[in-house]
Amino acid sequence: MNKLLIEGVSRTFAGVRGGQPVKALMPIDLAVAANDFITILGPSGCGKSTLLRIVAGLEASSEGRVLLDGKAVTRPGPDRGMVFQSYTLFPWLTVAQNIAFGLRERGMPEKERDGVVASYVNLVGLKGFENHWPKQLSGGMQQRTAIARALANDPEILLLDEPFGALDNQTRGLMQELLLGIWERRQKTVLFVTHDIEEAIFMASRVIVMTARPGRIKSDVAIDLPHPRHYTLKTSPEFSALKARLTEDIRVEAMRTAQA
Amino acid sequence: MRPLHPVSPGIRTVLGISFFVLFVAFWAWITLGGHVNRIFLADPLSMLRDGWRLLVEDRFWLDVLITIWRVFGGFLLASVVAVPLGIAMGAWKPVEAFLEPFVSFARYLPASAFIPLLILWAGIGELEKLLVIFVGSVFQIVLIIAVKVGGTRRDLVEAAYTLGSTNSGIVNRVIMPANAPEIAETLRLVLGWAWTYVIVAELIGSSSGIGYMIINSQSRLATGQIIFGIIVIGLIGLLSDFAFKAFNRWLFPWSLA
Repeated sequence: MNKLLIEGVSRTFAGVRGGQPVKALMPIDLAVAANDFITILGPSGCGKSTLLRIVAGLEASSEGRVLLDGKAVTRPGPDRGMVFQSYTLFPWLTVAQNIAFGLRERGMPEKERDGVVASYVNLVGLKGFENHWPKQLSGGMQQRTAIARALANDPEILLLDEPFGALDNQTRGLMQELLLGIWERRQKTVLFVTHDIEEAIFMASRVIVMTARPGRIKSDVAIDLPHPRHYTLKTSPEFSALKARLTEDIRVEAMRTAQA
Repeated sequence: MRPLHPVSPGIRTVLGISFFVLFVAFWAWITLGGHVNRIFLADPLSMLRDGWRLLVEDRFWLDVLITIWRVFGGFLLASVVAVPLGIAMGAWKPVEAFLEPFVSFARYLPASAFIPLLILWAGIGELEKLLVIFVGSVFQIVLIIAVKVGGTRRDLVEAAYTLGSTNSGIVNRVIMPANAPEIAETLRLVLGWAWTYVIVAELIGSSSGIGYMIINSQSRLATGQIIFGIIVIGLIGLLSDFAFKAFNRWLFPWSLA
């Protein structure tokens, strides 16, 4: 059963000052099965973030449509949780209040909210930081809170737009394991955009490689590495083989971007 | 000196105070030393003596109180109208398109030029004084707040939408709290300007207030009293500014954490 269906979605930006319109995204078709973890891998500017934002309903597609559980997406909504690359915690709310934001918008009573929030605080390992302001947290902790905030709403699908892109390498590795651990335990349909090849393989059950702008799907690679995955997996021969293959795919695209 | 290099708190305080000392010393030197005519500028000592007499014999503190009431009354009136309007203009672009050109125009109308009109309409009572401050402040507050609100971080708005916020939820629970410290800061700034309007209002058609005392002293060449009045305004302004700052810090701990 497909959870998410992307049908012929393309995006063209109007030309600047009477210039030629810019095609950012060629028509894309993609079917996402329930509880799949899909990473979308592509060079900078290939339109992968645009695709994710169209799924989120934050941007409109020029052609085609997005169906979630058979219903067309027209605007953003709580059924599609999103984690952004930039730090988007509400600075006037504490960690706990940030995680509770979606529940509050839905009108859940405070008593009930507290229980849900506590469980997600534990899930992302932020016990003891519930009453901190976002400014007092490190980048990694802020993104953990952002993940908890998106998950607390119990969305049908979780969308992540290079969520660990601004973090240092070590923190990024830990965050990957944390998110993957949550996915292994809780089962959730995930669409994860990244330009990091290792990250794309490590997290995914399926990697979608996109071409340079205008973006199309270049290859669709199933990742059959066993779960639960441990960081040592990144040095295994199977992982290296996948990495070599995807590196070759993405390298051609990166070179095209550099020459364009 | 290395550009942008910070200075230690101790040295900062000493430097700040020493300018006041130099300033008063220079003032004392040109007045007590006989370098300027006493009729035009009183020396620091007679300024203090005149000020003391004003407070004790002429019940000047009543004037001070009435001026404070006028500033805060007019300012409060302006804030009550301007803050919601500014938020509406920043949040909803059609409202902005409708009002922004007029407010931008009205902002350049000098409040003091309205005094003759306002006296015709409202007499020379308290209402007229409040209206001068209102006219002087309201358009400034509206415009600054509209710009701040219009600059609300788009990624926070998008995040709220993906968490299920409705349009009114975005305004009430993202745009307003996100801009609350900036709005408070704007009000603090404009309150400072309100102090200049109140004195102008009191210079014309008034029988009480610090401004009235100043214009009254002019006819008697009491420059000591004039300077004392000016310094009192400065001190009250400084105090209300400190209080406002502390209040904002207490209200919005998250913006400084």
